[in-house]
Amino acid sequence: MFDDFLVRAALAGVGTALAAGLLGCFVVWRRMAYFGDATAHAAILGVALALGFSVSIFVGVAGIALLMALSIFALTGKGYAVDTVLGVLAHGALATGLVAVSLIPGARINLDAYLFGDVLTVSKTDLAIIWGGALVVTLVLWRHWSALLTSTLNPDLAYAAGLNPRREQLVLTLLLAAVVAVSIKVVGALLITALLVIPAATARGLSRTPERMAVIAAGLGAIAALGGLGVSLYLDTPVGPSIVVVAAAMFGGSTLATAMRR
Amino acid sequence: MILLEAKNLSAGHGGEQAVLENVSLTIRRGEIVTIVGPNGSGKSTLLRSLIGAIKPTGGRIERKSGLKIGYVPQKLHIDPTLPMTVRRFLDLPLRVSDAAAGAALIKAGAPDLEDRQMTRLSGGQFQRVLLARAILSEPDLLILDEATQGLDQPGSAHFYRQIEEVRDTLGCAVLMVSHELHVVMSASDRVICLNGHICCEGSPAVVSAAPAYRELFGTGTGGALALYRHEHDHDHDHHHDHHHGHDNHHHHHKHHEDAH
Repeated sequence: MFDDFLVRAALAGVGTALAAGLLGCFVVWRRMAYFGDATAHAAILGVALALGFSVSIFVGVAGIALLMALSIFALTGKGYAVDTVLGVLAHGALATGLVAVSLIPGARINLDAYLFGDVLTVSKTDLAIIWGGALVVTLVLWRHWSALLTSTLNPDLAYAAGLNPRREQLVLTLLLAAVVAVSIKVVGALLITALLVIPAATARGLSRTPERMAVIAAGLGAIAALGGLGVSLYLDTPVGPSIVVVAAAMFGGSTLATAMRR
Repeated sequence: MILLEAKNLSAGHGGEQAVLENVSLTIRRGEIVTIVGPNGSGKSTLLRSLIGAIKPTGGRIERKSGLKIGYVPQKLHIDPTLPMTVRRFLDLPLRVSDAAAGAALIKAGAPDLEDRQMTRLSGGQFQRVLLARAILSEPDLLILDEATQGLDQPGSAHFYRQIEEVRDTLGCAVLMVSHELHVVMSASDRVICLNGHICCEGSPAVVSAAPAYRELFGTGTGGALALYRHEHDHDHDHHHDHHHGHDNHHHHHKHHEDAH
C-alpha cells in the first residue's frame, strides 16, 4: 500500500499534522508563533546547505532549525526585545536561504517545493522519518506534559514545585525544530506555522481542558491534511496551501458557529 | 525545627544595584512570618530567591532536605487561549484525587468550584483556588506573595483567617508578603521589616514600636496610621488621616480579640 504515492502523501500529511497540532497548543499558549516562523524560515537555509553538501534534506533542515531555535532561546533569556530580534532572524534567514539556494551550481532547483511543500513526492524513507519524528515529538510531550503546562502557566509555580521552567522551554525549542524538519516536505517552510497555530486556535473554542484542546487540535490537523489533499486532487491545486486553506476554513466555520450560538 | 534558612543573601537584577543586601532569616515549623516593606524594598525578590526562581548573587539558602513548598504567586495571568478548569489546575504539577481536590477547596474556602474555568473566577475565588493548589501537596512551608491583592478589606481579613486555619491543620510554616499591615500584624507570629536589608524583626508588637519601622511607615499609634498613609499615600489631609487611622486601630484590636 505504501507504493501508492497518494497513500504516502496522506500518511505524511496526517503524521505531520498530529505532531504539529499537539505542539501547536504550546505555541499558542506561550505566544510563540513568531518563534515558530523564525525557526521555519531558517529551514530554507537548511535546504540550501543540504543540497550544497549533498546530505539529506531532513538533516540540513533539522540542523539549521535547531541552530536558529537555540539562538532565539539564548537571546530570550537575555531580555532582548524579542519580536524585533525574531523579525530580523526570521527574514534574514529566509533571504539568506533563498540566496544560498540560487548559488548552488548544477541542477536547477524547484524552490516552490521547499517553500510550500511537495507532499506528492514523499518517498518511503521520507515517510519513515516523518512518522519517526512525529512519534518522538508526541512521546516527549507526553513525558513532559505536566512540567510544560506548569511552566507555561507560571514559571514561579514551576520553580516552587522543584521544576526548571527554563529547561522545559528548551524542550519545546528542540521539539519545534523537529516539527519544522518533519513538516518541510508536507507544507513547506512558509506554511509550517499555520499548521502549528490554526488547528490549536480552532480547538480552543471546543475545549475546557488543555488535554482536550491538544487532542482536538491533532484531530483537526489530521482532517485538514486529508481534506487538503482531497481538495488539491479535485481542483488540481498545490497540496501544502490546500491543507492550510482547509484548516483556516475550519477555524472560520467554528468561530462563526460559536458566535451564532451566543 | 528549622525548615529554611537564608544566610547573608544578596540578590539583584543583572548589573544593577543589589535589590537585597545581606539578608538573613530563618523559618521554623508552624510559625507565621510576614515580610512588610515599602514598594521596591525587595520583598518579592526575597520570596522568589527562596523558591529558587532567582539565583542569589551572594550568600546561601539552606533548605531542610525534602522540603515541600506551596507557593501562591503575586499575580497569575492565565492566557485566554489556555482552557483550564479549577479541577485541572489543582492537578498541576501532580495529579491528585477528586476527594483531595475537593477537600483542599473547602480548606481554602472555595468549595464546589471544580468545574469552573479559571478565567471566569472572581478575584477572591481565584486567590482561594491558588491557595487550595498550594496546600494540596501538604507543604512544610507555604509562601504567599501579596496573596490578597484585589480583595477588599473584609475579604482579605477572611483570607488571612483561612491561612491561620490551614497552618493549624497542616502544621506548616507560613511566609508571606503583605501590604495590609493591620491585618498582617494581628495574624503573624513574627514580622520582618524589609527595605533592601532587614530593618527590624520580631513580634508584631516589637516591630511596630521599633524606630526603624516607624521611620518607614510613620509614627502613628501601633502602625495603624502608617498603614493608612501607606494605602492612601496620595492623601495628606491630616485630620482625616488621624480619624481613619483610629478606626483601623479599633478594627485591628477587634480582630485580635476575635482570633483568640
